[in-house]
Amino acid sequence: MSLIFDEYGRPYIILQEQEKKTRVKGLDAIRSNIAAARTLSRTLTTSLGPKGMDKMLQSQDGDVTVTNDGATILKEMDVENKVAKLMVELAQSQDDEIGDGTTGVVVLAGALLEQALILLDRGIHPTKISEGFDKACEVCLERLEQISQKIEFNENSYEDLVKAAMTTLSSKVVNRYSRQLAEICIKAIFSVADFERKDVNLDLIKVEAKVGGTLEDSVLVNGIVLDKDVSHPQMPKVVENAKICILTCPFEPPKPKTKHKLDIDSVEKYRDLQKAEQEYFRDMVQRVKDSGANVVLCQWGFDDEANHLLYQNGLLAVRWVGGVEIELVAMATHGRIIPRFSEISEKKLGKAGKVREVSLGTTHDHVIFIEDCANSKAVTIFLRGGSKMAVDEAKRSVHDALCQVRNLIRDQRIVYGGGSSEIACSLAVSEFADKVSGVEQYAIRCFADALDAIPTALADNSGLSSLDTLGALKAAQLKEKNPRLGVDCLGLGSWDMKEQNVYETLLSKKQQIQLATQLVKMILKIDDVIGPTDALT
Amino acid sequence: MQVPRYQGPAPHVLKRDTSEEKGEEARMSSFIGALALCDLVKTTLGPKGMDKILQSASGDIIVTNDGATILKSVNIDNAAAKILVDISKTQDDEIGDGTTSVCCLAGELLREAEKLLDAKIHPQIVVSGYRLAANAALKALEDAAMDHKANFEQLKEDLFYIAKTTLSSKLLAQSRDHFAKIAVDAVLRLKGSTNLDHIQFIKKTGGNLSDSYLDEGFILEKSLGVGQPKRIENAKILIANTPMDTDKIKIYGARVRVDSYNKVAEIEEAEQKKMMEKCQKIINHGINCFVNRQLIYNRPEQFFTDHGVMAIEHADFDGVERLALVTGGEVVSTFDHPELVKLGHCGLIEEAMIGEDRVIRFSNCAAKEACTIVLRGANKQILDEAERSLHDALCVLSQTVNHSKVVYGGGSAEMLMAKAVDDLAKTIPGKQSLAVEGFARALRAIPAIVADNAGFDATELISEMRAAHQKGDKEAGIDIQNGTVGNMAKLHVLESFKLKSYMVSSATEAAEMIIRVDDIIKAAPRRREE
Repeated sequence: MSLIFDEYGRPYIILQEQEKKTRVKGLDAIRSNIAAARTLSRTLTTSLGPKGMDKMLQSQDGDVTVTNDGATILKEMDVENKVAKLMVELAQSQDDEIGDGTTGVVVLAGALLEQALILLDRGIHPTKISEGFDKACEVCLERLEQISQKIEFNENSYEDLVKAAMTTLSSKVVNRYSRQLAEICIKAIFSVADFERKDVNLDLIKVEAKVGGTLEDSVLVNGIVLDKDVSHPQMPKVVENAKICILTCPFEPPKPKTKHKLDIDSVEKYRDLQKAEQEYFRDMVQRVKDSGANVVLCQWGFDDEANHLLYQNGLLAVRWVGGVEIELVAMATHGRIIPRFSEISEKKLGKAGKVREVSLGTTHDHVIFIEDCANSKAVTIFLRGGSKMAVDEAKRSVHDALCQVRNLIRDQRIVYGGGSSEIACSLAVSEFADKVSGVEQYAIRCFADALDAIPTALADNSGLSSLDTLGALKAAQLKEKNPRLGVDCLGLGSWDMKEQNVYETLLSKKQQIQLATQLVKMILKIDDVIGPTDALT
Repeated sequence: MQVPRYQGPAPHVLKRDTSEEKGEEARMSSFIGALALCDLVKTTLGPKGMDKILQSASGDIIVTNDGATILKSVNIDNAAAKILVDISKTQDDEIGDGTTSVCCLAGELLREAEKLLDAKIHPQIVVSGYRLAANAALKALEDAAMDHKANFEQLKEDLFYIAKTTLSSKLLAQSRDHFAKIAVDAVLRLKGSTNLDHIQFIKKTGGNLSDSYLDEGFILEKSLGVGQPKRIENAKILIANTPMDTDKIKIYGARVRVDSYNKVAEIEEAEQKKMMEKCQKIINHGINCFVNRQLIYNRPEQFFTDHGVMAIEHADFDGVERLALVTGGEVVSTFDHPELVKLGHCGLIEEAMIGEDRVIRFSNCAAKEACTIVLRGANKQILDEAERSLHDALCVLSQTVNHSKVVYGGGSAEMLMAKAVDDLAKTIPGKQSLAVEGFARALRAIPAIVADNAGFDATELISEMRAAHQKGDKEAGIDIQNGTVGNMAKLHVLESFKLKSYMVSSATEAAEMIIRVDDIIKAAPRRREE
């Protein structure tokens, strides 16, 4: 870092340990930031769309992840640069809010930054660029509203929803079974959706994955699946009309929080102690039994004695059920979580039609199905797949598809995919640019160019000539006044995305454009980066 | 418009030591890794495959030709290779056999894909071609599959031949008839359950492999307490899991504090008495044999001996569970309600000898699911490999009992699928057909590897087989004894349909996953604390 000297040649020290820090200022700072952010968006560009490629990520511990989900890639990439981290958060917030379109938002932000670089080089002030982008963004949103369409569905006919979910799944490894998975997702959503409030609580849908079998074996379970086994090998494996006692207290004598000692100094006391101990166990199991329960789920373990007593009383018991799962089960079965044995009562028991243990494959693996719960609004998507990586990727894909369907229930409007909506927006924005006087015009025009990045990337990834395709599509959209024309990624011979059934939600598209614009504005505002020497170079 | 380039120092985006490989470079690194792994296990494929010696860091030696075992034991740093290891592991968990084949098929698919990519075909086109091909292959396989579920005798015969086929590629090949019979008998006892825990292996060095046998009862590798009855007829067995020294005090914070030596003695006395009461309770169950998972100390043992009860200590957890299963008893931890406890029953408990070791044999048991396979062999390595081989066979058989479809082995199933895939390729317009053809070549590479490993002229054999299949002879396969094309139906080379279909679908899945990758990001390994 350069130093400033006073008239006696002594350096001014402004920052602590100034000589160890580097500082990038002004346009250079913006350029360096943009370069960092572009590195990430370039990486993701090839993952966009149904023909996008995957990334293989090896974590610090050597675990391998194969995915083309933007948010996952960025999360696992182990990014250090601060600005690049902003991009990671961008994808993350799209993932949290919408669940899908994480790759698209990063690619769009990257394209906007690239255009901003051109504008900066022309000597346009960053603030002006921001203003221009802002205006263009509004035009986009308006245009999206215009071209959006409402889809109709109800519990019996949901063909359009299937198509929307399939659009999401088509870009993933699982696309071979996209139809099947899409239907599973929709049925799951329908069983938990609240159509009155137009909302879906995704917490009620548990996605449980287990390695083994094939993707076709994936099923929707009308209830909960626990990745646990029954605590005693000879307990009943199937319980019908289950009354479930959900415990968060261990099967053991009470353990006060305050420190205490119990001194035993005589034989009598020793005997009493032993008696009391056994009494505890018997009492606990008896209480469970008396309440009428026939299944016990416990958050803690229980020792051999308790285990055997439970078995002797004909109870099916599961130990070490995790906190989240306990809550889910309680929610699903309308049971109450019972924190102390003294509070067990019949009213607090959860109810389910059937509880059963199922063994998988040739190994010891068991899972417990709790089906036909009292609360029908709790379902589990039980995924199977050939390898751990495939199952993990399936899990991520299903999450995306679930989000997509949920968004459609919140807001039934859709736009067409395949880059068609971006082209329509781009056309609207460049038309608008001509009407704006002032420097912003250039920024607005560049925004339109940036929007083209999405169809360009789609075409590139599908092995089409991107410039030819884009030009042809733009001309066709203008000529036919048809905003549904997009890139024919799958080579089906049609540009009309309605025929190809490529649906995206309006919510997701709007969010993508807004988030990307916001991020770019933020990066453009940074004009000074101070950091330790090695962080920047 | 030319995008102006940023002139300053390139910003550091990823964490230090994190490496990124892109595009061609990434593809090359994953292909090379996967192919290297495939070449590693390739030579073990088929009846004449070679074995590998694996030496662990601690110096233990394993001799095996089981793909999953080999792959599990090699340390791999290549991400793509890890995917192959993973699929072969899953194959092992799901089916139990075919672990080498699945890895080889995935490798061959990648080898073909590499050629296609070199010819400038987009990876996604290769992937979609492979998918079409895999569907066609699976359909052809399903059409050719035979199901003998209805006819039990026929099913039993099928199982026997499948076991023979599976075992032929293993160390047990010399006495495969013998072992196939053992495996079939053992699996049929399970009556459709796939829980192989019920089949116990006992390995004793000495004798030779053909001295191995299936024992209908249950064998516990334990010795009896001194002075206890050596033979009990009509045994009533109590199987327990309980501490037999002193019970742990389970009330938190309780401790024993005494102020004189006398008290110590008294408490010790009370402790002992408590134990004896427990023993008395156990005996009150009216038993004549007591098996505990935990240790039985001398005093209780002596007490049992005095009451004519046979006491067996420290049977491991699996042993206890199995014993409970065979004898129909339950595993007990409290003894206050003798009337509620289900005791195990068996006709005869006696001390037996295997080799030079004394064991306890429970025969004529109440339930008949479980059994014991006693393996004999010259050294530990042979026994371990024999166990692995037999375990593979048992896995396949237990799956086949439920999914009883079978197909012909000896490469005929692969040739059959390859033919269907080839036929499909001719009907596809467009570049995908090249990928479909590649898939067929990869399928044919499997029998070629088998033939190569056996030292035959693979090219000649494969083309003869292809011609035979083209003529409609769906039973043509490699006759591994004579090095000619033979009729698999006559040679009784059968394989499980589930195994083959699983192999094709998971190998395709894995290959697809690797082909689709265009970027590899490796995080720096976590620093270990020195």
